[in-house]
Amino acid sequence: MLYRENGQFKTSYAADQQIFPIFQERWAMALLLLVAFVVLPLVGSEYWFRAILIPFLILSLAALGLNILVGYCGQISLGTGAFMAVGAYAAYNFMVRIDGMPLIVAMLLGGLSATVIGVLFGIPSLRIKGLYLAVATLAAQFFTDWAFLRIGWFTNNSSSGSVSMARLDVFGVPIESPVTKYLFVLTVVCVFALMAKNLVRSAIGRQWMAIRDMDVAAAVIGIRPMYAKLSAFAVSSFIVGVAGVLWAFIHLGAWEPAAFSIDRSFQLLFMVIIGGLGSIAGAFLGAGFIVLLPLALDQIPHLLGIPLSTATITHLVHMIFGALIVFFLIVEPHGLAKLWSVGKQKLRLWPFPH
Amino acid sequence: MDMTDMNAASATTPPGRRQGEVILDLQNISLRFGGVKALTDISFNVREHEIRSIIGPNGAGKSSMLNVINGVYHPQEGKIMYRGQERQRLEPYMAARQGIARTFQNIALFKGMSVLDNIMTGRNLKMKSNLFQQALFWGAAQKEEIAHREKVEEVIDFLEIQNVRKTPVGQLPYGLQKRVELGRALAAEPSLLLLDEPMAGMNVEEKQDMCRFILDVNDQFGTTIVLIEHDMGVVMDISDRVVVLDYGKKIGDGAPDEVRNNEDVISAYLGTSH
Repeated sequence: MLYRENGQFKTSYAADQQIFPIFQERWAMALLLLVAFVVLPLVGSEYWFRAILIPFLILSLAALGLNILVGYCGQISLGTGAFMAVGAYAAYNFMVRIDGMPLIVAMLLGGLSATVIGVLFGIPSLRIKGLYLAVATLAAQFFTDWAFLRIGWFTNNSSSGSVSMARLDVFGVPIESPVTKYLFVLTVVCVFALMAKNLVRSAIGRQWMAIRDMDVAAAVIGIRPMYAKLSAFAVSSFIVGVAGVLWAFIHLGAWEPAAFSIDRSFQLLFMVIIGGLGSIAGAFLGAGFIVLLPLALDQIPHLLGIPLSTATITHLVHMIFGALIVFFLIVEPHGLAKLWSVGKQKLRLWPFPH
Repeated sequence: MDMTDMNAASATTPPGRRQGEVILDLQNISLRFGGVKALTDISFNVREHEIRSIIGPNGAGKSSMLNVINGVYHPQEGKIMYRGQERQRLEPYMAARQGIARTFQNIALFKGMSVLDNIMTGRNLKMKSNLFQQALFWGAAQKEEIAHREKVEEVIDFLEIQNVRKTPVGQLPYGLQKRVELGRALAAEPSLLLLDEPMAGMNVEEKQDMCRFILDVNDQFGTTIVLIEHDMGVVMDISDRVVVLDYGKKIGDGAPDEVRNNEDVISAYLGTSH
């Protein structure tokens, strides 16, 4: 009843091209941003920011980057952790080696370094597809694991192999407290999400999807497969690299290569698949599912007052979480984002059957 | 042109309804896949503004011929002259750049995208804004998006598919998918349009619609059309000239009436008595 476009006529193509064409959606989004930017900083606890919201946002950003590559351009990658690591270590080196390097510039340079490595490891995509490409991108993972562990220069010859980043500030504002960290991450994520959405609804996004859906037909209407695939690798690894910088600098503070291991790559791929391939909202839903759900499941026995040992709860969470993944993939193989849009379609007509 | 002229013109069609320059000249094309000879020593040309049909039994090499024309396959022998220039080895996207568009025998639409987006992809070569402008969706990028949307809407109007413009193409019935595919090719404003069995699997009404669209495209935009089709009624009605292939060899070439009476063609289709 509340959600429908009755009476909202589009009189220009610009109006028809809006990200949220329906009035109610625009209000819902504005409300969501208001809550995220104003309400949460006022009411959130330190634990919330540190353990839930910041990791959720950063992993959403990484999943968003990966989704451009896998969901929009159809190129499977298992090197996401590696591209995050490249971003993090590159930004670290820019910060350590250049005096007075601003955080935002270092972050973007980290992203650009990840772009270079991403495009390099994307070159095999010109010849191989699907699972074979996934295996090829795995090389990036092993290579960066090795490089950041063994080549001392990258870690500024740190004896423990672990590096750390402290005293961050943006335009003179220190990024120290959980709230400021949260707001900084939130701003970056919002800006990148908007730009990613713009890309996927523009010519380049259509080129990516064309390559994904039918590469021969795409080439026949004039899309250069090389340009489309490598630009997807570039944009994707840029975003993933920036997420890596945030993960290392803001969330971890001190890190070693294990923070960007292959587990991270798989985790992000699962987020994208469960959230919805080829959907910006899907990246957030997937990250929410994987980050937030185990935390929520963890709390349930406690809230219900069931006396279970911590170990039992952990095992149960693993089992239930696994079962839920299987359940959701059976119910909707196209992910939570598809469920969400089907729900919206239903809501447009509700309470009428058709 | 007054009525008498028009009558005179229609009385003499075909042959020679539209006498344009030769824009595509294929000379002695041979194409092999390992030991399989798909095409052997085939020569024919295509004149500007005409509807040129390629017919032949299954496996005759018709689709291979189209794939050679737009660069999907590279023939081992032979010369291709396009607009008076000998064509070097080229990739499909370069053919598109030269104004060659095509549709496929098995629908090759982008299944995950809406009708609108599918047809918009047809205009990608004409879009000039860069990645950063597109990321901001501001200024040039947005203006361009709107300008091309207007062109795409013209194609949508022309093909009468306004009511499904936002539908994902995978959900459309077969006939409409074929029409969207034609729309995607038309959006590129091609000078040479290759149609690979645009009417396969259609009922009579859908075939009539499709014929009307093809003739209108040819008539209104002057687009040269190379058509592969199995429905002989359609081919004989709308083609200016027909080339007949069998087992990768050319067995006939000429106006529909000549081809219809060609003995080799008759025996290829109907068999010969031994």
